[in-house]
Amino acid sequence: MTEPLVTLEQVTVAFDDRPVVDRVNLRLGRGDIITVIGPNGAGKTTLIKAILGIQKLTSGSVTLAEPLTVGYVPQHLSLETTLPLTVRRFMALSGRSQDECQAALNKTGVGHLMGSSIHHLSGGERQRLLLARALARKPDLLVLDEPAQGVDINGQAALYDLIRQLRDDLHCGVIMISHDLHLVMAATDKVICLNQHVCCSGYPADISHDPAFIETFGQPVAESLAVYHHHHNHHHDLHGDVVSGQASATTVSDSHGECGHAHH
Amino acid sequence: MPIIDAVLDDFFWRALIGGLGVALVAGPLGCFVVWRRMAYFGDTLAHSALMGIALSFLISVPLNVGVIITCVVLAVALVLFSRSRALATDTLLGILAHSALAIGLVTLSFMPDVRVDLTGLLFGDLLAMSRDDLLWIYGGAVVILALLAALWRGLLMSTIHEELARVEGIPVERLRLVLMLMFSLVIAVAMKIVGVLLITALLIIPAATARRLAHSPEHMTFLAMAFGFVSVGGGLTLSWHLDTPAGPSVVVTAFCVFLLIYGGARQTRS
Repeated sequence: MTEPLVTLEQVTVAFDDRPVVDRVNLRLGRGDIITVIGPNGAGKTTLIKAILGIQKLTSGSVTLAEPLTVGYVPQHLSLETTLPLTVRRFMALSGRSQDECQAALNKTGVGHLMGSSIHHLSGGERQRLLLARALARKPDLLVLDEPAQGVDINGQAALYDLIRQLRDDLHCGVIMISHDLHLVMAATDKVICLNQHVCCSGYPADISHDPAFIETFGQPVAESLAVYHHHHNHHHDLHGDVVSGQASATTVSDSHGECGHAHH
Repeated sequence: MPIIDAVLDDFFWRALIGGLGVALVAGPLGCFVVWRRMAYFGDTLAHSALMGIALSFLISVPLNVGVIITCVVLAVALVLFSRSRALATDTLLGILAHSALAIGLVTLSFMPDVRVDLTGLLFGDLLAMSRDDLLWIYGGAVVILALLAALWRGLLMSTIHEELARVEGIPVERLRLVLMLMFSLVIAVAMKIVGVLLITALLIIPAATARRLAHSPEHMTFLAMAFGFVSVGGGLTLSWHLDTPAGPSVVVTAFCVFLLIYGGARQTRS
């Protein structure tokens, strides 16, 4: 077992006494891809910022391996249009050489944009640029906040493929937030379903019929994700809500033994 | 050197040399004001300079020192206040800007022994530039330009994307503080030339003009300096020949250059 790159122990972040991230434990090693999913306001971005050290913890601890180069792909690259900036200059600000920057851009498929103004890029090109910027730093840990935002469907699959390939090339750890459940389920090693606390976590195939997952994302989503592994272990009431059958009642109480909150 | 003495004895040349020194630092700092959307913030600091002047008389320190101290204290207070988010930043800035100006004016009126040329302080004065002021301006310019050169990558990166900069290990908070210090310094030295009410104009108009033609951050910086030189040179000449107030003349010139560039230049945004 190699040293983990990131270890989170009981990480809690509260705003005005309201926990946004609640006692999250996590370990990420080299070569792992962990995807954080969850509804809006579930604390996904806050969790990632806590890992990056740009969000103060209320309690708990984040331990990073040392030395650790982190590549970060933020959610938005909202750029001030008053600041004239070319792709070349933006890449050079990473402090890496021109060759390294060009190589990183080539890898993410936007090598031809070197001379372009950053303000003229499409959403997809921006995401690829940000990924290249993170890549140029040769990260041990790659952190991505909704990397496929603004990318069309075909591009999304390609982007997740690319992330997986980068993980292999750099042998780095990857943690990302994503809403693209179908693609994530296909591309990731481990999924963490976050709703303040960790609702459930595990391998994509297992998680899609975890009762906590179904309750968070709804039966239709879960079913569509779990086509290959689906077993009916519950039925629905007239409102479409999940009513646990006898057989699964134990499972439900098991996975929610420590949550102490009501799922709707 | 007699020729330098002759030049420095002439108040117009003193004002011009001083003004060019101010434009030298107002260019790059003005770019940061534009990039970071700090125009109103700069205005607030400038307004507080008058409070700094009143303070200097009260505790008998040189004007520049009083102004720098007041600006720095206010800048730090602003950063801390705006974190609490009790009020929107523009409301907070509005309150502080005008209160600081008013407190300065009221305090000065309580000091009948102190003769201050209020118009000169508010709108700049061609005649007010002394040899000491020139030392302050060029001393300040050297410090600011050296800091900018040394911290350029970090400053630029934290302006482009603060969180990305932070993750890459750039000391964002410390750089913000350094930037505040530089603003305070430039306000203290620019006050004499353009007056506290118009300092922000000298910061943002040349920078905004430069944006139209610039293709890189550095290019924009140097263009802003150049437009600053033109504005100061043109404005002071105008003031000298037509006996107009120095600060407004500089700002009017800067505005004319702005109109000229935005009206005439081909769109070359990058």
